[in-house]
Amino acid sequence: MGSRTSTTTPGVDVNGSVRVLTGTPPHTTALDWLRSQGLTGAKEGCAEGECGACAIMVARPSTTGDGSTEWVSLNACLVPAAALDGQEVVTAEGLGTPAALHPVQQEMAVRGGSQCGYCTPGFVCSMAAEFYRSGRSGVPDPVPDAPGAEGLDANAPSADLTHEHGPNGFDLHALSGNLCRCTGYRPIRDAAYALGEPAADDPLARRCDQAPPTGRPTRLASEGAEFVRPADLAEALGILRDRPDAVLVAGSTDWGVDVNLRGVRAPLVVAIDRLPELRGLGVADDEVRIGAALTLTEVERRLDGEVPLLAQLFPQFASRLIRNGATLGGNLGTGSPIGDAAPALLALEADVVLTSVAGERTVPLADYFTGYRQAVREPGELIRELVVPRPLAGLTAFHKIAKRRFDDISSVAVAFAIEVVDGVVDRAAIGLGGVAATPLRARDTEAALVGKPWTDGTVRAAADVLAGEGTPLDDHRASAAYRSEMLGQSLLKLHAEHPLTGGADA
Amino acid sequence: MSHLSQRPDVPADVAPVGRTVAHESAALHVTGRALYTDDLVVRTKDCLHAWPVQAAAAKARITRLDTRPAYDVPGVVRVLTADDVPGTNDAGVKHDEPLFPDEVRFHGHAVCWVLGETLEAARLGAAAVVLELEPLPALVTLAEAIAAEEFQGAQPTISRGDLDAGIAASAHVFSGELEFSGQEHFYLETHCSLAHVDEAGQVFVQSSTQHPTETQEIVAHVLGLASSEVTVQCLRMGGGFGGKEMQPHGLAAIAALGATLTGRPVRLRLNRTQDITMTGKRHGFHAEWRAGFDDDGRIQALEATLTSDGGWSLDLSEPVLARALCHVDNAYWIPNIVVTGRVARTNKTSQTAFRGFGGPQGMLVIEDILGRCAPLLGLDAGELRRRNFYADGQATHYGQPVRHPERLRAVWEQVHDSGEVERRREEIDRFNAEHPHTKRGIAVTPVKFGISFNLTAFNQGGALVHVYKDGSVLINHGGTEMGQGLHTKMLQVAASTLGVPLDRVRLAPTRTDKVPNTSATAASSGTDLNGGAVKDACEQIRGRLEQVAATGLGVAAPDVRIVDGWATALGQDEARVAWDELVRTAYFQRVQLFAAGYYRTEGLHWDSTVMRGSPFKYFSYGAAATEVEVDGFTGAYAVRRVDIVHDVGDSLSPLIDLGQVEGGFVQGAGWLTLEDLRWDESDGPHRGRVTTASASTYKLPSFSEMPADFRVSLMERAHEEGAIYGSKAVGEPPLMLALSVREALRQAAAAFGGPDASIDLASPATPEAVWWALDAARRGAVGGGVDVGGAEHRPEPADPEAPVRLPESEAEQTVEPQLSDV
Repeated sequence: MGSRTSTTTPGVDVNGSVRVLTGTPPHTTALDWLRSQGLTGAKEGCAEGECGACAIMVARPSTTGDGSTEWVSLNACLVPAAALDGQEVVTAEGLGTPAALHPVQQEMAVRGGSQCGYCTPGFVCSMAAEFYRSGRSGVPDPVPDAPGAEGLDANAPSADLTHEHGPNGFDLHALSGNLCRCTGYRPIRDAAYALGEPAADDPLARRCDQAPPTGRPTRLASEGAEFVRPADLAEALGILRDRPDAVLVAGSTDWGVDVNLRGVRAPLVVAIDRLPELRGLGVADDEVRIGAALTLTEVERRLDGEVPLLAQLFPQFASRLIRNGATLGGNLGTGSPIGDAAPALLALEADVVLTSVAGERTVPLADYFTGYRQAVREPGELIRELVVPRPLAGLTAFHKIAKRRFDDISSVAVAFAIEVVDGVVDRAAIGLGGVAATPLRARDTEAALVGKPWTDGTVRAAADVLAGEGTPLDDHRASAAYRSEMLGQSLLKLHAEHPLTGGADA
Repeated sequence: MSHLSQRPDVPADVAPVGRTVAHESAALHVTGRALYTDDLVVRTKDCLHAWPVQAAAAKARITRLDTRPAYDVPGVVRVLTADDVPGTNDAGVKHDEPLFPDEVRFHGHAVCWVLGETLEAARLGAAAVVLELEPLPALVTLAEAIAAEEFQGAQPTISRGDLDAGIAASAHVFSGELEFSGQEHFYLETHCSLAHVDEAGQVFVQSSTQHPTETQEIVAHVLGLASSEVTVQCLRMGGGFGGKEMQPHGLAAIAALGATLTGRPVRLRLNRTQDITMTGKRHGFHAEWRAGFDDDGRIQALEATLTSDGGWSLDLSEPVLARALCHVDNAYWIPNIVVTGRVARTNKTSQTAFRGFGGPQGMLVIEDILGRCAPLLGLDAGELRRRNFYADGQATHYGQPVRHPERLRAVWEQVHDSGEVERRREEIDRFNAEHPHTKRGIAVTPVKFGISFNLTAFNQGGALVHVYKDGSVLINHGGTEMGQGLHTKMLQVAASTLGVPLDRVRLAPTRTDKVPNTSATAASSGTDLNGGAVKDACEQIRGRLEQVAATGLGVAAPDVRIVDGWATALGQDEARVAWDELVRTAYFQRVQLFAAGYYRTEGLHWDSTVMRGSPFKYFSYGAAATEVEVDGFTGAYAVRRVDIVHDVGDSLSPLIDLGQVEGGFVQGAGWLTLEDLRWDESDGPHRGRVTTASASTYKLPSFSEMPADFRVSLMERAHEEGAIYGSKAVGEPPLMLALSVREALRQAAAAFGGPDASIDLASPATPEAVWWALDAARRGAVGGGVDVGGAEHRPEPADPEAPVRLPESEAEQTVEPQLSDV
């Protein structure tokens, strides 16, 4: 194991003053820890990152890559308190006081944005993070009390509605992980759209101009369990070799659910989310390499549409609060058959790069999953990066079937990457989620398409094949019959939307 | 204009009542400083934490319960079992809800509770308790319970006219069935109680409860104490929606029992999984019906049997059922009617109050009937609805005259005008003709909702108002704050009545030792009841101060006006006395500066044994026009636009009322479309388990369900004679406006089929349900699952052996109903 390189007392800067973490059991979430400190603004609503009542802001390296800082909203219920060692956190209490409200708090208060108030501190933190987002610009809605009908084109299907962005550049998806049971959301939207720019002397805005908090190794032991943030990849791989019982966390969106809902108390938790070797991102002519520990928000913003299929995926992947923590490595590492990244990466024919003390190997994602939450990854290995080969197919789409459009788990997910040349399907890769014990490629459907003209007849025949792929089950999300229907319908929908395609967006 | 409803004649800019103000706690909410019950734990020394031992069987005999292993877990202090109960082992008022059961009655039933130094210790202690069960056959679905004829409580019938004659005279007779789901409250704050023993054995319980008085009573009977020995306080709730009307009591009793046995404060907070698996929800219903219409579509007769899924005990199922039966007419005149209700007993959580309290279920039945029958009658569904509206001089099927039916037509016409419904209908027809894979629908539905507790005795309220020597005012009343803005309105009422600026009045948390014998903050009645009481208390004080001011100003007391903190004499603008000075003077003249206020709603009567009377003070009216768009490939949909016109009387607090209308609508839309409560109905090992016991599996509306374009108007010039400052209740009625979403989805699904397709749409209308409906329409189904003629399809009548519904069934058996003879 690597040696400890810091003797600093573990602690977190919360609202401008450092609070010590010593003695905190490793399974303690940031939420429980903050509340034990008397900071009871953040609330537990669900304890699984689905409601946002626990949202806080954390200072993180800016996705612009210019060395500045940005405020990122996170579900405090999912993050180990120990993972915040050396970090800077702002809670609703730290944003403002009743006598001196923060602009976000002011707009929420006067516009009826709170009723019972329980979800409000979380909303305020999510909203404040978006308020400070670099690149958000525009003018506040001058009459936000007037019902917003922006972009309601009588003849455009509603998928084109633009009501998810305010005139001030506010992206409503910033609030997609926050639930309110009282207001119906309209006043919260109006509060968000009424926000101006941060004042010149706003201390949190000024903080963004400085460098982000530097990561530091952490070692926190209590009650027979340990949290370790290794100093580097070598130390991390050494721990993995020696301790097969170690639980890896990056965004800890799965760890938090295990701890809170399933009572899991891992003896050793190893945080890998700041290891530089897992945080690279490279776009070359023949491939795109994506670090396994970049958050989905970082990948989304840094790729900036470079991989259109992923650009379609991200807004449908959980919520902004989750994407701010979750990673592609984590989504593949848990091996869930209903994770949304796998179908998309399968369609992109991505490779997984695994690394261990023994060295590195590359596995096609299509060969990665071996069974329900089982994969070829050996104990001692971690996912270092994903490699997406280029050129990308011209026609790509991500179809997610779920009850709710924002922040729901797929009943079925279908990702398409199809190349049509001169009206004929040249290649097709289709990734499926939610229809088998693992994510899988729809090989039979692909075969039914390749070499055939991209016509109604081909698509109907292939849709019948697609409807028979996998072995979907009945559960609380959907019936097996609906899942199968949705597989077939997804191809019909793709063709209906792109009937003449010879390339992208035809 | 009645004294109660008349507003002080003061300029609008200084009148606290009717002004747009933010929620009184808004600044505390947004800064994270508003405290909820569980926020008190870190501020409480040496608190113990409680964790339940939940049984994993839908129905089972407990063959062994060994708590000793729990004590081997470090930090476990005490395990609470039935043997510890000094008083009555019952969490309810009907003696069918043992706090510590000897038989498991639903999956997740708590059989004992472990107290630990930490929550972790309590959790591990609960896991160590040995619980052995002998499984028994369980009824999990409503259909199973109906087939087994397993019912509980009374089976009341409301009837009027001559059903058979009405059917015989009908040109068209249809019959059908409908089963629809309940709803999880999913208040963001789960149930929580914190109890400690004060000096001299007094028990003090802080609880997230809509009904502090009943929480107090249950705690007292479990502990074997008098009510005077137990105080319950509710700071505020993080949402209630009816889920904290009955359900907190047993949990508070556990905390209080633990506190009395250990001498230490005990915190009991359910996590989300526990909350969903242990506490009651909105009742799902099954309905069988037969309806007759004349050639013009006028309803001639309706026969229906509504069976609710009550879960394992009665709880509030009987009054919920009563309200469902009383609202099966919604806005429609039904001359000949027989409507019967039954409560099925299933092995599920004990279903309870939820915003609307049976009203939504009753209305869903009639709106579903109209929505399915309209195409079969060759009528537009909106037109069919309009033709059946109540008219002047008509009474409901339970005998209450329908006052102000013209408001129904007014809101209906206004929402059609402001929503440009006719123009948009044409636009939608064009859109649908041009888009084979995407269809839109628009529907307008009305709401008529009766305001008051059905049980007359509950329609009373109390308040306590203090004016301190410095002129500051502190008010207390019997209602609880759950986000609905009751406290904001009470501050406005107090400031208006006293004649002081709003910021001179403060409100202290609801406690049973300040105002006793309160009713639940429920039935939308919080403002009516407590507002009347606050006004009464303030008027007593103002009357005394007017005497003091009259002497000082040298005029007679009737000529004194107190407005915005100044006492003046009529016609004399110069001579005036400041409020603080007036209060100080009054103190030195030994004038009482505090008062208890009381209010009882006049003119109500209801006989639940025959289900007749005038139980409601007034009706709230509203109408909503909703436009949706449905994707033909998936059944996924979006709500494009909602227009609402709603009658809140003369609004006491427009921002608050707007919030209630919008929030209620979206919550109702959640029930009808998205929220899909599921139990394991298989014969597998988890039979009876809630399979949607988390936020990841039970989806509430999120930002993506917010109507893209949401336009709400409050009806103007809507003064209500019989209510506080001319206002009307607003908490529940708007929820039912969301029936328009369901009906719009039905229209859009129909557009995938032939022009006259009747659509049978499941509830909730999830994307999957909508997809099956539109797929059926596309395949040419037109009948909507409705039987034409349907004489063979008569709803099952009530069981003559069922117990008669006792008048006291909403209350302790010692409470006598007031059956006045107005």
